[in-house]
Amino acid sequence: MMEITEGSHAVAEAVRLCRPQVVSAYPITPQTHIVEALADFVANGQLDAEYITVENELSALSACVGASAAGSRTYSATTSQGLMLMAEVVFNAAGMRLPIIMSIANRALGAPLSIWNDMQDSISLRDSGWLQFYAEDNQEATDLHLLAFKVAEDNSIQLPAFVCFDGFILSHTYEPVDMLTQEDVDKYLPKFNPAERLDAADPISFGMYATPEYYLEFRYEMDQAQKRAKDVIAKAGKEFGEMFGRDYSALIEGYRLEDADTAIVAMGSICGTVKDAIDEMRTAGMKVGLLKIRVFRPFPAEEIAKMLSHVKRVAVLDKNISLGAKGATAMEVRDALYGSAIPVKGYVLGLGGRDVRKRDIKEIVAFSEKGPNDQFYGLRKELI
Amino acid sequence: MAEKTCELFDCGHRACGGCGAALAARLVTKAAGKDSIFVSSTGCMEVFSTPYPETAWKVPWIHSLFENAAAVASGIEAALKKQGRKEKIVIMAGDGATFDIGMICISGAFERGHDFTYICYDNEAYMNTGIQRSGATPYDASTTTSPAGKCSFGNKRPKKDMPAILAAHGAPYVATTSIAYPADLLQKVEKAIATPGPSYVQVHAPCCTGWGFEGEQTIAIAKLAIETGLWVNYEMIDGKITKVKKVVRKPVEEYLKTQKRFRHLFKPIRQDAEIAAIQAIADKNAEKYGIDIKLNKKE
Repeated sequence: MMEITEGSHAVAEAVRLCRPQVVSAYPITPQTHIVEALADFVANGQLDAEYITVENELSALSACVGASAAGSRTYSATTSQGLMLMAEVVFNAAGMRLPIIMSIANRALGAPLSIWNDMQDSISLRDSGWLQFYAEDNQEATDLHLLAFKVAEDNSIQLPAFVCFDGFILSHTYEPVDMLTQEDVDKYLPKFNPAERLDAADPISFGMYATPEYYLEFRYEMDQAQKRAKDVIAKAGKEFGEMFGRDYSALIEGYRLEDADTAIVAMGSICGTVKDAIDEMRTAGMKVGLLKIRVFRPFPAEEIAKMLSHVKRVAVLDKNISLGAKGATAMEVRDALYGSAIPVKGYVLGLGGRDVRKRDIKEIVAFSEKGPNDQFYGLRKELI
Repeated sequence: MAEKTCELFDCGHRACGGCGAALAARLVTKAAGKDSIFVSSTGCMEVFSTPYPETAWKVPWIHSLFENAAAVASGIEAALKKQGRKEKIVIMAGDGATFDIGMICISGAFERGHDFTYICYDNEAYMNTGIQRSGATPYDASTTTSPAGKCSFGNKRPKKDMPAILAAHGAPYVATTSIAYPADLLQKVEKAIATPGPSYVQVHAPCCTGWGFEGEQTIAIAKLAIETGLWVNYEMIDGKITKVKKVVRKPVEEYLKTQKRFRHLFKPIRQDAEIAAIQAIADKNAEKYGIDIKLNKKE
C-alpha cells in the first residue's frame, strides 16, 4: 500500500516487519527518528522486541553482538560520530560472523562538526567485513532492509550489513513508499535460525584469539563470504522482485547507459539528481548515462567493468574522500577498469551537506572531457 | 550449592603455574554450574583460556572486546528473555577491563538493571600486556608504567573503590572475596547469581608473574592481604555492608615484603614513611569495615 511517509518512519516500519528480537541503539542526528519510532512500536505492542537503551553507540553494537550470538535477530541504527565510536565493535561483529543489520543515515564526520550528509562514515568502514547497501530513495531504503536481513542471515554468508541512506536528504524527506504487510514480509524472510549460538545445552566458545597459524584463514573466509554474497543478493533480490514487483537482483543499475559515451558513477540519493540531469542532457543530444552502485560491499568490480565496457569516459562522484588519496568509489572503479583504456575521473563533492544540483552534474560531464583526473568539485575559491 | 566435583574450566589452559585468576575461573564456573553463559573481556584469562582452536571453557563462552563485556552481557540477557531461556549470565573480566576501560559499559548495564553477575578477577594491574598500572593497582606498587625509581615509589594513587561505585548504582548484591577462601568465594558467587538484577563480585587474585613471587606462594600471599587489612572480604546487600571477614591483623610489612612489586620499599634502604602510609591504608580499612578481632585482654 502506498503511503506518503518520512524516510525514517518507512525504514522503522520495514525493520518492525522483519521482527527483530533485540533492538539496541543510541540517539544521534539524523538517525533519531528511526529509533524513536521503534521505541514507540515496542511501547505500543506493535513490535515484540527487547529494546535496550544503551549509554553510547559502542554499547549499542556490543549488545547486538551478545544478542546475535545468543541466537536472536538483532538490529541497530546510527550514523557519523556514533559509527566511529562503535568502529571497534563493527570490525569485531563481522569477525564473529554475526548477521546484525544496522541502518546508517549517512552523515559527515567531524571536525569540523557537521550534522549534514555525506558518506564518509560508512565508506570509512568499507574494510570491516560488513555488507554495504546504499539506497537512492526511500522505497529502496525500506526494501533493502528486508534484503539485508535475508542475505546477512543466509548460512553461507553470516556477515553483518549496513543499509545506508543519505541523512536528512532521505531520512527526513516525505516520499510515497509502498509499505509491505506483515504477511508479505513473513513469507519473504524466514525466522533467524543460526547454525551456532550461545547455548548451555551445546557449549561453544565465541571470539577466541588466533595465532599467526590461524588468523589469515579467518580473513580469507570472510572475504569468500563477501564474494559469495553477490550470488545470494542476486537470488534474494530476484525473489523480492517476484513477490513485490521491485527487482534488486543487480548490485548495480544502468540508466540510459546502453549507448552512452560518458558514464557517471554514483551512489545514494544523488542518483536521482543525476538521472534528471541526464534526461536534460539527452534532450540536448548528449550521450550521457548513469551507473548506480547499490551494493558497495561486496564491490561489484566485474559487473561495473562489463557495464562500462563500451563508454568513452567515466566520471565518478564521491561523497567521501580518502584524504591524501582520492574518493573511494573513484579508486575502486578505476581498479575495476584496470587494463581498459577508458579514462576514469573522480569528483569529490557534496561533503558536509553541500548541495549538488543538476547544473553541477552537467558541469562535471563537461569537465570529464577535458579537466584534470581527480578534483574537489564545487569549492568556494574565496574561502581557500 | 556448587557441585564440588563439577569442573567446567578445564585443565590444559596456558596460565602460569600458581595463577590466581585461573583458580578464580575454576571456582566461579563451579559455583555457576553448567546452565550458565560466560562473557569475558580481553585480558590474560581470555588469552590463556582460548587459543584457537582450543578452549578451556566447558560452558558457552563469548569474548568480544576489552571494554564491552557488560554491554555484550546486556544483549545476551535481552535475547534470552525474548527466547524464554533461563541460563545464568556471568561476566569474568580483569581489573583493567572493569576499573578502567569498561567503566562506561558497566555503569550503563548496572543502571539498566540487567540480570547478570559481574565477576572482576582483580590482579591489580594489566598483566596480559606486561604489568602496567590500572585503577586497581595499590599505592606504591611498582609496575611497568608506574615504576619505582629515584624520584618515585611506584603507583601514586590508592586503589579505586569499585564495589562502592557499583553499590551506588543500586546493585542489590556486591561482594569482595579472595581465591584464598574458596568456600567464601563459592558462596558469594552463588548468592550473586541467585540475586535478580546486576550483581558484582570482586575476587582478589594474586599474579605471581606480575607481583613477583613464586607460584606456590599464591594462596599464602592472598591470605596475607586479608590478614594485614589491605584486602577486605565483605558483602553488601542493597548498599549496606552485611558481612565482613574479621582478622587478627598483622603489620602490612609482612604482606609487602613477599612481593617484588614492593621491594623498593625495603631495598636499598627501608622507606619507613611509605610503609607507614600503606599501614595507614590498612588501618583505615580496618576502621571502615570493622575487621579487627578484639583479643580478650584486660584493659
